[in-house]
Amino acid sequence: MKYLDEYRDPALAQRLFDEIRRITTRPWAIMEVCGGQTHSIIRNGIDQLLPPEIELIHGPGCPVCVTPLEMIDKALAIAARPGVIFCSFGDMLRVPGSSMDLFRIKSEGGDVRIVYSPLDAVKLAQQHPQREVVFFGIGFETTAPANAMAVFQARQLGLKNFSMLVSHVLVPPAIAALMESPVNRVQAFLAAGHVCSVMGTWQYNPLVERYHVPIVVTGFEPLDVLEGIRKSVLQLEQGRAELENAYPRAVQSEGNLAAQKMLADVFQITDRAWRGIGVIPQSGWRLSANYAEFDAETRYAVTDIHTTESALCHSGEVLQGLIKPNQCPAFGKQCTPRNPLGATMVSTEGACAAYYQYGRFIRAEEVGVAQ
Amino acid sequence: MCLGIPGRVLTIYELNGTRMGKVDFNGIEKDVCLAYLPEIAVGDYTIVHVGFAITCIDEQSAQETLALFHSLGVLDEELNAPIIEKQL
Repeated sequence: MKYLDEYRDPALAQRLFDEIRRITTRPWAIMEVCGGQTHSIIRNGIDQLLPPEIELIHGPGCPVCVTPLEMIDKALAIAARPGVIFCSFGDMLRVPGSSMDLFRIKSEGGDVRIVYSPLDAVKLAQQHPQREVVFFGIGFETTAPANAMAVFQARQLGLKNFSMLVSHVLVPPAIAALMESPVNRVQAFLAAGHVCSVMGTWQYNPLVERYHVPIVVTGFEPLDVLEGIRKSVLQLEQGRAELENAYPRAVQSEGNLAAQKMLADVFQITDRAWRGIGVIPQSGWRLSANYAEFDAETRYAVTDIHTTESALCHSGEVLQGLIKPNQCPAFGKQCTPRNPLGATMVSTEGACAAYYQYGRFIRAEEVGVAQ
Repeated sequence: MCLGIPGRVLTIYELNGTRMGKVDFNGIEKDVCLAYLPEIAVGDYTIVHVGFAITCIDEQSAQETLALFHSLGVLDEELNAPIIEKQL
C-alpha cells in the first residue's frame, strides 16, 4: 500500500539502525509521546534492536488510558439510562470504571454502540428522534476536529437529542508537566505526528526553548519512528535542542488551518485530570459557550460519583514512563486484555496492551541477568 | 486512536452541506469527511483518522524522506566495499 510499504522496508530500517548505532556514544532516554508509536515500536521490536544506550520511555499519548475515572463513571451512569443510545469508539468499551465497564452496561441491556466516526452518532440522532444520543468525545488534537464537526453538524441540523460527553486532552501541556516533574528522566521527545498534522508544529517551540529539550515530530511506520530517534540522538549527541520535523509528508508547520478554525469555535481550553497522572492545568478542551447546550455533563448532571481505582494497577507509573508495563506485579497475571485492571491494558494504544500482545512477559532486567 | 491511514480520494460529494468523499484504502472504499481539506482533489492522497481527512500527503516530501534513508551509510559502504565490486 502506497505510503505504508515504503516506510516498512527492512533493508532501509537496517541502514537507520546502523546509523543510530554509529552516532550513539552515551546513554539517552527518549520518550515517544503517542501510544500508536509505542505499538509500532513493540510490534517491530525496535526497542530491542536499538543500541543498548538508547532507552525508549513510553508516553501518556493514549487518550483512552488518560480519560479520568470520574469521566468513565459518568459515561457508565449516562449509558445505563433508559432511552439513551450511548456511542463510543470501540476502545472505550472495556475500560474499567470504578465498578464495571461499558461492555457490562451493554450486556445488561444498555444501548451502547461502537461507532467508527463521530458523524455516525449524529446520523443515529437523526434516525432516532425519540431517543437521546450521547457521544463519548475523547481524544487528543488528532481526534478533536472530527468530534467538533459532529457537534457543529448537530447544531446545523437543529438536533435536540444529540449531546457529547467531552474529555479532550492536549499534548503540549502534558510535555510541560513531564518536564516539570522532579522524577523526569526524559531527554528528548518524539512528538505525535498526526497531532501535529492538525495543530502544526509551532506550539512546540516554546517547550524546546523553556526546557532545552529536543522535540522531533515523528510518524508511525517503523522507518518514521527510527528517523525520529535518529534525529533525536543526533541532537542530544551534539548538545542541540531544536524542534525538527521527521514526518514532513504529513505535517506542515502551520498545521490544518480549517480544522483549527473549527476547534477554536467549538472548544475552549480547560484544566483536565489525566488518569494515573493527576490534574494538568489548561491541558484539555471542553465545549465552548456557543455549544454548551450539547454538553452531556450538564444535560445529565451526573453527581454522586465516588471513584475507586484498582489497588493492584500501576498504570499511572506506566503512563509517566516511571516503570515498564512488565515491571507491574499484576501484568499478565491478574491483569490481561480480557480482564484489564487499568486502561493501559485495554487500548490499542496502551503500553501494557502492546507488551502483552507482543509477548513481552520478561522484565528487562531479567533479560539482562540471563545474558 | 491517533491512527491515521493513507488513502486516495476517488470522488468528492456533499452531504448535509459538508464536503465528503469516497476514499480508497488499497481496495477498501470508505466515505470520509473532507471538510478540513478544502483544496484536496480527486486522485490526491490523504491521511484519514476516524472518518476525517486530516492532512494531504506531500509526495515530494515523501520522496525526499525515502531518498535520505537510501543515502544513509552509502559513503560508509563505498569506502568499505571490496575492490572487485568497485570495479564492476
